[in-house]
Amino acid sequence: MLIINCPYCGERDQSEFSNGGQAHVARPSDPEKLNDKEWSEYVFVRSNPKGIFFERWVHSHGCRKWFNAVRNTATDEILKIYKLNEKPPSLDEFTNNLKTPSGEPELGSGNFTVKK
Amino acid sequence: MWRSPEPKKSYDVIIVGGGGHGLGTAYYLAKEHGFKNIAVIEKGWLGCGNTGRNTTIIRSNYLWDESALLYDHSLKLWENLSENLNYNVMFSQRGVLNLAHNEHDIKEIKRRMCANRLNGLDSRWIGTSEIKKLVPIMNTDNLRYPVLGASYQPRGGVARHDAVAWGFAMRSDEMGVDIIQNCEVKGIRTKNGEVDGVETSRGFIESKKIGIVASGHTSILAATAGVKLPLQSRPLQALVSEPIKPVINTVVMSNAVHAYVSQSDKGELVIGAGTDGYNSFTQRGGYDVIEETIRAIVELYPIFGKMKMLRQWGGIVDICPDASPIISKCDIKGLYFNCGWGTGGFKATPGSANVFAYTIANDNPHKINAAFSLDRFVTGRLIDEHGAAAVAH
Repeated sequence: MLIINCPYCGERDQSEFSNGGQAHVARPSDPEKLNDKEWSEYVFVRSNPKGIFFERWVHSHGCRKWFNAVRNTATDEILKIYKLNEKPPSLDEFTNNLKTPSGEPELGSGNFTVKK
Repeated sequence: MWRSPEPKKSYDVIIVGGGGHGLGTAYYLAKEHGFKNIAVIEKGWLGCGNTGRNTTIIRSNYLWDESALLYDHSLKLWENLSENLNYNVMFSQRGVLNLAHNEHDIKEIKRRMCANRLNGLDSRWIGTSEIKKLVPIMNTDNLRYPVLGASYQPRGGVARHDAVAWGFAMRSDEMGVDIIQNCEVKGIRTKNGEVDGVETSRGFIESKKIGIVASGHTSILAATAGVKLPLQSRPLQALVSEPIKPVINTVVMSNAVHAYVSQSDKGELVIGAGTDGYNSFTQRGGYDVIEETIRAIVELYPIFGKMKMLRQWGGIVDICPDASPIISKCDIKGLYFNCGWGTGGFKATPGSANVFAYTIANDNPHKINAAFSLDRFVTGRLIDEHGAAAVAH
């Protein structure tokens, strides 16, 4: 289980939180101009990187506030947590060389955290 | 067994992913469609992904006509698979129960059971007294998860997961399919809207037809060709207990509490848990998910309370918004996807492979998988199987 550092309550078990999927998905500014394919992408397609992922969490069993996190989905390492009104950090902030969608080193899926 | 050939420069068809679905696709391409020059490329070893990690449950009691047709096509192939492969996949039709714990479950399960019967499937509703006869160790009147009835599909059951991969691999190899293990596909190369081949850890391999069957990693490979898929990858956990004498001779699933259990021929209880609530590629998952499952298992089967669990693992499943798979062409000519099986792909292995091979061979879907196109997310003709998928997505 992950430990998540809620920006309002501090470190808590991940089971207190719910994941809200990809962060910074903007609603189309001119919805009437979208064709079916573009709507389909807005409704159904979310990024699914193996590597650095910007996502939303909510502290459901705590303060019930939403916030954003940057997590490496190849290792589950949480690299940064920031509030909703803060700007997303740029990828260059992370020294980690596992930038999307390259994923993990050549060790095979899931082994990275174990072997590290 | 099978050869480990050096990859050739080019193939007529390349299948990316050496699990059951991928090897099965190569098998049916060679057997039914006359392709001889096929490669199956696998990052690790055969069946090391979700094929070797699932709880091996086979059933076809899905709600919608499209799904019932697809999953029952598969179940019919399962029924003769050992004979056709001349290899024992240990398919055992011991029946599958789906438990109802509350009024809503009863309504949902009965509706699904009736839909199944209209589609000619062998589903039926059974009451608590019959459940008690089938599974004497179940505590049907526990307070937390009372058992009020169940749907029962006697033709459902389990099979030996590794044997499925090995059987397909051996017979494909005999027909000249090159099975290339320890070779990671890093990207798909395209030229003028057509596929050109795959970049691998052992160099570039050319092909005009490429089938991607990489479960959790499918969307990552798709992205290298510029294709966006509506998939999210999450860990799905399972665990097995220490081996004990036979105590349960059927498969019991409970959608509401994410606890499904059967007993392997070695005597281990095979227990399936739910998916973790966030995207991840670590094949482990969190303990809170197992805790929830074990809590329900112990409530339903008090005699398991003091058992020890032998091991636990996670597999990375690719989940579609409507909990149905995608077996489809895409905008790029010669690129095919068989993905989105989410939490329940094993049962569909031969059926999915069979229709996917047809799709690749004819560059057109089989009538069974036509509804499972990528296009359904644009047209809105979704096949919502959240109720039948057994694990909440």
